[in-house]
Amino acid sequence: MAGSTAAPGPLVAVLDYGAANMVSIGQALVAAGARVVVAEDAAALRGVDAVVVPGVGAAVPAMAHMSDRGLAEPLRDWVRAGRPCLGICLGYQILFERSAEGDEGDADTLGLLAGRTVGLADAPTLPHIGWNTVELARPHPLFDGIPDGSHFYFVHSFAPAPEDERVVVARTTHGRPFVSAVASGSLYGLQFHPEKSAEVGQRLLVNFLRLVAEATATGGGTARTEEVA
Amino acid sequence: MLARRVIPCLDVANGRVVKGTRFVDLTDEGDPAELAERYAREGADEIVFLDITAAPEGRGTILDVVRRTASRAFVPLTVGGGVRSVDEMRDVLRAGADKVSFNTAAVADPELLTACARRFGRQAVVCAIDARRLPASAETDTGVPAAWEVVTHGGRTRAGLDAIEWAQRAVDLGAGELLVTSMDRDGTRSGFDTELLRAISSRVRVPVIASGGAAGPADFVVAVREGGADAVLAASIFHRRMFSIDTVKQAMAAAGLPVRPVAEVAA
Repeated sequence: MAGSTAAPGPLVAVLDYGAANMVSIGQALVAAGARVVVAEDAAALRGVDAVVVPGVGAAVPAMAHMSDRGLAEPLRDWVRAGRPCLGICLGYQILFERSAEGDEGDADTLGLLAGRTVGLADAPTLPHIGWNTVELARPHPLFDGIPDGSHFYFVHSFAPAPEDERVVVARTTHGRPFVSAVASGSLYGLQFHPEKSAEVGQRLLVNFLRLVAEATATGGGTARTEEVA
Repeated sequence: MLARRVIPCLDVANGRVVKGTRFVDLTDEGDPAELAERYAREGADEIVFLDITAAPEGRGTILDVVRRTASRAFVPLTVGGGVRSVDEMRDVLRAGADKVSFNTAAVADPELLTACARRFGRQAVVCAIDARRLPASAETDTGVPAAWEVVTHGGRTRAGLDAIEWAQRAVDLGAGELLVTSMDRDGTRSGFDTELLRAISSRVRVPVIASGGAAGPADFVVAVREGGADAVLAASIFHRRMFSIDTVKQAMAAAGLPVRPVAEVAA
């Protein structure tokens, strides 16, 4: 594993906003070569190279916890500065503007990508639980060395519908196709769980850490292609 | 396309894998984390730990098992047995598990499913149902509609519930997945009770995991095709190395079922 290399791996903050299995993502990132800190507040983001937003569950309590801990605005600033950020599952969904998962109508989410999180349409089973194929819409360095159509582990009932086709990296079909991976500059989002996806998941995390190292080396990351109003 | 899952189940007592008749004549079969890691390497789509520790003071050891496994095997982990409250579920998830399976505890306190789903999401809540066919419907050609009752405590206690109704209610209460075990078939290696599986899978939208009775790869195919199961769980045929996970998946693939190929794991 990359963890055995002499140079220390990127320092990654995993956001703890009370919505995730923090152990699994932390351990998978360490196995992929990262140094990991768990960030419960904005102060913990100081000095890190990347932020990972994990999470499973519902958008409304997740956003409430994030706001309570003062994490929402610093995370927005982080991403708008073009610094590396990876959202996983619920952490991917809340990167978008709104979620239909609210108890009464749409809930506002972070608004870093244009679009709305909606329930999976025509799904034969819900929640969508298990290993499904991820079909690339375009080549992307996150998927270097990973065959197109590889299986990743999913567990969710909602998924974002991005408004900008340019951010779409991959799709997956359960009932109808949905967007299972996005990238916009140094902001990445995955509906599946790389930390639970065995070797292909570990490979993706290694790829992410390499992108982080490159962004850090060039000083601050890639400018994002568009800004959500 | 969503793959049908193959799930090995490990019985764990006091932090060790055991086998034998449940609760008696247990023999030590090794370290759960090591065995789980081996199964993950061999292509297990998920791993279930069933905590059968009898003494309450031994219960903490399952958390250590999950912690050690989660640091080595990057596949989904489910823990069943012994979790009776939201706080206990939180501890298991914090140790690195993804799901908790409730059986006797859910029958005793159905609202527990709701409370846990509200706190952790329904995808983390599995309701395990042990079902036994009612004698009057034991034969399929008697004209009596098939019916199953729920049993708990490893089959020793009758819960007084119809298994199909309980399955539907458990989903309404918050279960995001059902683990359905036929107590008539469990440990008999006579194949899954596909009628039971179909009766449940045709009435709920959540994934159904088939358990109890696997003798060989053909049974996995039948559980999916005829039982409508989304995943198939087995213990002894894997532990005793009668069949590998790869052999089972190859049989499923040959029958036209979508699986996550073991070869892809090593890619």
